[in-house]
Amino acid sequence: MTEDGKAMDSDQTRIAQQFIEAIPHARALGMRVDALGAGSATISMPWAEHLVGDPRSGVVHGGVVSALMDTCCGAAVMAHPSGPASTATIDLRIDYMRGATKGQRITARAECYHITRSVAFVRAVALDENTDNPVAAATGAFTVER
Amino acid sequence: MMDRREPLHRIKSRRDSALSALVGGVPYLAWLGIRFDRRGDELTAILPYDEKLIGNPLLPALHGGVTAAFLETAAIIELAWTAMWEDMESGRTVPDAAMMISPPRLPKTIDITVDYLRSGLPRDAYARARVVRSGRRYASVQVEAWQDNRARLLAQATGHFLIPQG
Repeated sequence: MTEDGKAMDSDQTRIAQQFIEAIPHARALGMRVDALGAGSATISMPWAEHLVGDPRSGVVHGGVVSALMDTCCGAAVMAHPSGPASTATIDLRIDYMRGATKGQRITARAECYHITRSVAFVRAVALDENTDNPVAAATGAFTVER
Repeated sequence: MMDRREPLHRIKSRRDSALSALVGGVPYLAWLGIRFDRRGDELTAILPYDEKLIGNPLLPALHGGVTAAFLETAAIIELAWTAMWEDMESGRTVPDAAMMISPPRLPKTIDITVDYLRSGLPRDAYARARVVRSGRRYASVQVEAWQDNRARLLAQATGHFLIPQG
């Protein structure tokens, strides 16, 4: 990638970060936009005590992972080169493969793999610091407003 | 055996303390503000509105992830509650929030599919879950959430759960 390309990339990421910070729930969870591409997004958030769903293990609640995946999928749709004006979740399926390790950052990567005039199809994966062994996977359909 | 003459206050306190033992030990539920209303064995999950639950500040609308979390929570608590009910009512095991050393083990989510039917209004939301099938290890649970009007669903979900063993 050229120097110009990199500059544009980080500019877009900065705009996306501002967009995320305007979402109260994303801000409350401490979400951070790590990368944004053509129809793809990477968003991460820190572990926190008040997000724990299982006090025995310190694993965060599934709902936290859902919120991160949903936000990341929505961001991937918005980052699609066809330029949707807005999007909303139609349905989202999440498979939980294992608990996210206590104290570790959770990162979601989403990809909008197909888009029509009115629907976007997205898949995502959630990882902790052990990136070989995913925490959760998601597939969803999103509305596309043109 | 059910004791027909058991004092009402004792029945209520047994059921309420069992329920708070399930719900009270989970930090995330307290953070979201989720609580449960009980009528006999029927539970209704309540998510009181809060600004931090917003996902779209322009509309405004609840965050889809919050809706998913709320449905998942309602399903998990209903499943654990249903599993506990028989034992509790026959007086075999009575989890008690006040006596608890460690909280009871909750079912683990295998997968959940959330169907978003309307955008969530900046108001309280309610949910009720139904255990469709519960075997020894796996359970399938259906759950519905609404806001002002019970017939106008906000979202519905089906989830599969792993039942804690032992």
